[in-house]
Amino acid sequence: MDIKLEPIVKIIQEKFGATLEEFRGEAHLFVKSEQIVEALTLLRDEHHFELLSVLNAVDYFPQQTPRFHVVYQLTSIAKNLSVQIRVPVNGDNPKVPTVTGVYAVANWRERELLDMFGVEFEGHPDPRRILTPEGMEGHPLRRDFPLGYEEPQFTFNFDEIRVQKPSPKE
Amino acid sequence: MGVEQKLGDMGVVTTTLENVVNWSRTNAMWPMLFGLACCAIEMMAAQASNYDMSRFGMELMRASPRQSDLMIVAGRVSKKMGPVLRRLYDQMPEPKWVIAMGDCASCGGVFNNYAIFQGVDEVVPVDVYVAGCPPRPEALIHGVLTLYEKVKGEKFKDLAEKYG
Amino acid sequence: MTQIEEVSIEQFKHLVSERALTGETMLLNMGPQHPSTHGVLRLLLELDGETVINCIPDIGYLHTGIEKNMEAKTYQKAEVMTDRLDYMNPMGNNLAYVMAVEKLVDLDVPVRAQAIRVILVELQRIASHLVWLGSVGLDLAAMSMFLYCFREREQILDIFELVSGQRMMTTYIRPGGVWRDVPVEFEKAVRDFLKIFPKRIDEYETLLTKNPLFVDRMVGLGILDVKTALSYGVTGPMLRASGVNWDLRKSRPYMGYEQYDFNVPVLTEGDTYARYLVRMQEFRESLKIIEQALNKLPFGPVHSENRKFVPPPRSEIGVSMEALIHHFKLWTEGFPAPDASIYSAVESPRGELGVLLAGDGGPKPRRVHMRTPSFDNLAVLPEIVKGHLVADLVAILASVDIVLGDIDR
Repeated sequence: MDIKLEPIVKIIQEKFGATLEEFRGEAHLFVKSEQIVEALTLLRDEHHFELLSVLNAVDYFPQQTPRFHVVYQLTSIAKNLSVQIRVPVNGDNPKVPTVTGVYAVANWRERELLDMFGVEFEGHPDPRRILTPEGMEGHPLRRDFPLGYEEPQFTFNFDEIRVQKPSPKE
Repeated sequence: MGVEQKLGDMGVVTTTLENVVNWSRTNAMWPMLFGLACCAIEMMAAQASNYDMSRFGMELMRASPRQSDLMIVAGRVSKKMGPVLRRLYDQMPEPKWVIAMGDCASCGGVFNNYAIFQGVDEVVPVDVYVAGCPPRPEALIHGVLTLYEKVKGEKFKDLAEKYG
Repeated sequence: MTQIEEVSIEQFKHLVSERALTGETMLLNMGPQHPSTHGVLRLLLELDGETVINCIPDIGYLHTGIEKNMEAKTYQKAEVMTDRLDYMNPMGNNLAYVMAVEKLVDLDVPVRAQAIRVILVELQRIASHLVWLGSVGLDLAAMSMFLYCFREREQILDIFELVSGQRMMTTYIRPGGVWRDVPVEFEKAVRDFLKIFPKRIDEYETLLTKNPLFVDRMVGLGILDVKTALSYGVTGPMLRASGVNWDLRKSRPYMGYEQYDFNVPVLTEGDTYARYLVRMQEFRESLKIIEQALNKLPFGPVHSENRKFVPPPRSEIGVSMEALIHHFKLWTEGFPAPDASIYSAVESPRGELGVLLAGDGGPKPRRVHMRTPSFDNLAVLPEIVKGHLVADLVAILASVDIVLGDIDR
């Protein structure tokens, strides 16, 4: 971990009771979901983390509970530092407070998460799906969502696939 | 002058109406400007200086489907884009042709998943498939010339059956 | 499946002004099939006369499920997907992903491979900016720009074909190095390009930079201030045109960028014209980097010697049993990565291209998230087009330099 980052990490740890994980020089801080807005505001205003580089999630199904980690990767341009905040979220009916008030970029990123993982953001100004078409069921990036593999058509199974394959109306 | 002298005093060329119509269709085919993904960049390259597709009477890419008769589906077609693609196809006036450019448009390519149509032939009828990921501009030009061969062989009888 | 669903205005009620509901202002649909949206972007515009009041981008028309597909493949095979992500910048995407894998499994890269990577990625940056410049020209009715830009781009693609056999989707940069060493003709091809291209940039600048028709359509449009830019996570040339000196190549050097002498062009105006100027200067800076990297291209291996992650050369397979086993294991099973997650980022032509990579202890990634710059750069569009004319919106959108494959993934 960068030596300049240590005091900041210490402040977050003391203030929010965050746990720290380190891997290959990166600092990952785990906070509770209700603290996230406060933590990000503190980091932005007091410690110059101007950029929210990543807002996404990792699904640890089925190995871990709570299954989702919502990841906030923050970058400080002034100090050239990075820190990652993680919020563990439960699998059924996942809810996290929105951070659109802190970083405007969170608007689309949270919509993407709603679309891809079904994580709801409380107080989001525009909670619509963003990438998948209207009427899509399920959340594709969850580990239990099937890939949607279709068997490719080759010479040996040409007729078999042809029967099932949808064809356009003239 | 010119051709009259060579042909003598005949002034008449006899051919079938079918041939004339098909010949005129092939030499002024207007493709629709319809880029989806990676292949669209190669399609642009095919239009640009080095490959210059206008040698084949195709310099006019029309942005509107109502002015075009060839749809080059250049790229992967997502489940969200499929209906739009179909509507654009329906808006094109007859006769119309479709080239599926690239592996994704032909068969889904490397993306065998929930989001992508496994071949644009699930949405619109396709005349020529061009393989490659993405196909080189030469491959696209070859695909277009292959389509010309197909158009030259079209019969009025079949068209009458098709459109009633 | 092939029917378009009807959408009522009720869905967008909270996004448009009240005047739209009474029909006082007009709602206009632009795209997804439109020549100047650079792909399949749909913009819902609320217009008062010709002035844009609200702009609601609708994305996802190219949603490909790349991140999901990568989870189903081993680390080496998933790399093929990254090429198709931002299709103007395949080499850069490969580099971003490969660097993430190398960081996750702690793999070293020889210096020659690093230098080759730098040369190719910078060439790709030039190629990407060339496509951008050509399409800006098309959008602003300077058709000849398009033809000139693609002429030079072909030369770069020829170099890529020389080293990898493919024009666009190269997958040349691999975990632990590059696919194979560059051929002997490589140096001459790059030197030829370095000789020609500065004159060509001058040509472009003569055509556009001082051209009153072009300047009138660019200056003072779509002004993006620093605060908005940072809040929206805007990066790359767009951020630098707004006055923030932030380039990952300079501030967090990777692949030996610290040994090359180059400047980061920064302007403070933040309008479309400033973005254009920043990119034009980046052409020259990239050329500088390529020249330096080529001059001191070191000799040596182009792969890591770590056989657990990098397949052995073919000559070794015939004589060594171990090499054969490694080769077999790597291409059937893949290599395992630790159950941990990392984030690594590179500077793509459009901004910070980051990869959030989580391994699960096995040979397949648990999660690959590509933090793509165009996504955030487009999100700021509604802020900067408000109050401009529809014709100016085209110029502003062109200056953002979006790639839909990069946005929708």
